[in-house]
Amino acid sequence: MKLVKRDKYLLIMFAPVFVYYVIFMYIPMPGVLIAFKNFTPGHGIFGGDWVGLQWFAQFVHSIYFWRLLRNTFLLAFLPLLFGFGIPILFAVCIVEIKNQVFKRFAQTITYLPHFISTVVVAGMLINFLSPADGIVNTLLARFGFEKVNFMMEAGWFRTIFTSSEIWQSFGFSSIIYIAAIMSIDPEMYDSGKIDGVSKFQELWHLTLPSIKPTIVILLLLSLGGIMSVGFEKVYLLYNGATYETADVLSTYVYRMGIEGQNYGFATAVGLFNSIITFVLVFTVNRITRRMTNMSLW
Amino acid sequence: MKKSMLESPHRSYVKINSDTFTPKKSLSDRTFYGLIYVMTIVAIIVTFYPFLYVLSISFSSVEAIDQQKVILFPVGFTLSGYKMVLQYQELWVSFYNTLWYTVVGTVLNILFTCLAAFPLSRPRFFLRRKLNFFIAFTMYFSGGLIPVYMLITSLGLYNTRWAMVLPVLVITFNVMICRSAFEGIPNEIFESANIDGANDITMLFKLAIPIIKPTLAVLTLYYAVYHWNNFFSALLYLGQQDLQPLQMFLRRVLIMASPEVMQKMGGSMSTSALAVSTLQVRYVSIVVSILPIVTIYPFIQRYFVKGITLGAVKG
Repeated sequence: MKLVKRDKYLLIMFAPVFVYYVIFMYIPMPGVLIAFKNFTPGHGIFGGDWVGLQWFAQFVHSIYFWRLLRNTFLLAFLPLLFGFGIPILFAVCIVEIKNQVFKRFAQTITYLPHFISTVVVAGMLINFLSPADGIVNTLLARFGFEKVNFMMEAGWFRTIFTSSEIWQSFGFSSIIYIAAIMSIDPEMYDSGKIDGVSKFQELWHLTLPSIKPTIVILLLLSLGGIMSVGFEKVYLLYNGATYETADVLSTYVYRMGIEGQNYGFATAVGLFNSIITFVLVFTVNRITRRMTNMSLW
Repeated sequence: MKKSMLESPHRSYVKINSDTFTPKKSLSDRTFYGLIYVMTIVAIIVTFYPFLYVLSISFSSVEAIDQQKVILFPVGFTLSGYKMVLQYQELWVSFYNTLWYTVVGTVLNILFTCLAAFPLSRPRFFLRRKLNFFIAFTMYFSGGLIPVYMLITSLGLYNTRWAMVLPVLVITFNVMICRSAFEGIPNEIFESANIDGANDITMLFKLAIPIIKPTLAVLTLYYAVYHWNNFFSALLYLGQQDLQPLQMFLRRVLIMASPEVMQKMGGSMSTSALAVSTLQVRYVSIVVSILPIVTIYPFIQRYFVKGITLGAVKG
């Protein structure tokens, strides 16, 4: 009680935050129990009969299970596979450019897509790739190629998604590598110069090894998030024709739950996704701690 | 070339002006710089071209667009696309809504983030550890989409402006960043204020907040961009069109290419002219919606590096 009195202003300060966390974060938590219930709106979260693992079983045995798992994994993994190295390469370029004006210009331009909303990015993609009047098909036709209805062909979805992810993020992601390279001791470079190393050797034997810890941490971080493909972009880009390669767990939860009002089932699918993500994050954190003596928490 | 050469024992004693030692660049080094410039220019073109194309279409004449003449720069300069879009009432309504969500949301975000972070940063606060866990826990466990959706609707927030603001009053990760900033303030400052009779609330607003202004600037940027681009909350909680933000309007114009929107804008045009002008309307809408960001962007650019390094602070 003495402590409460002493810290009363801190408690008053934190009180509204506490209320916020209880209402918006903690009250929904028991809501995951809907995943084990036969829930119909009107019953409240605590109404409805227990059905055990019925929804999970139904999901695991459904024809969509493997498709959703594969798509979720691939749409997170492919941008990582093709895009992880690009910000590193770009950071090396930026650091080496001596002309300050050109350097700033390059940075300003390449950071920009990071701040553009997903709706605009998706809108640009759909309109550029449109078979009727999109610039991509206009150019294809001009050079004598067949027009392609990109957004309606399942085979194209992964390419479109992956390349646009890289387009949006590579510039901004390079910032952290630029900062890492700038913090390398310049004397290392000076001594390299005395020994007459070429720029390629300098990059390979000095720059890259020096930023290795940063690279490792960021790689592990993104591996942890491999099951959490953002909902928005897939939702805005996909359609019935491309579900085969585009539908991911989060969009499926949205369709089943919000649109289909199939609350119990959708919650079960969502919970399934969270559990996998959670296990991944924990595993990755353990590996990080062992390898680099740093942990994410 | 061996690594050992780089690790020559003299390296820390020798300081030289590097230019004097490399009077001539070798062929290999010239190739290196060549590659650097080529890659950077490719990166610039790839990033910039889509924006340039959108801009060019938005300023081109309908005939030029129809004949697919616009590849790089505007052809047959005109502002008619802008006239059409800017007259459209719905754009302004959604623009106002987005502005409302961004301003109100960000102000509340910053206030609540400080209110959360300050107590958590005071070493003597007796609940510090417990409350730190209380908020950090939510980073790893949450109810998930459906339970949160049911909560929002049962609180009566569906189709109200608050559905865009209240559910994201604070982002826990940002509280962690703000807490680290408060922890970085030397304790002597608080002690002397304490002797002068200031309580914690005065200390927060009169002392601590002014000191961490640069950090708060970065957090403001993060929150504001989030609100400006937020589409998901609106999709879930705002069925009513006159409450919807710009992003929902854009979705109707750009992605669903809603014929009803297009006809309202096109008026009494012939079908073929309408088809082309709807294409222009889409590109004009893109320009109008990203214009505010592009305008303030050069002013916030200097905060990016700081923002990234702040984010790297261990939670």
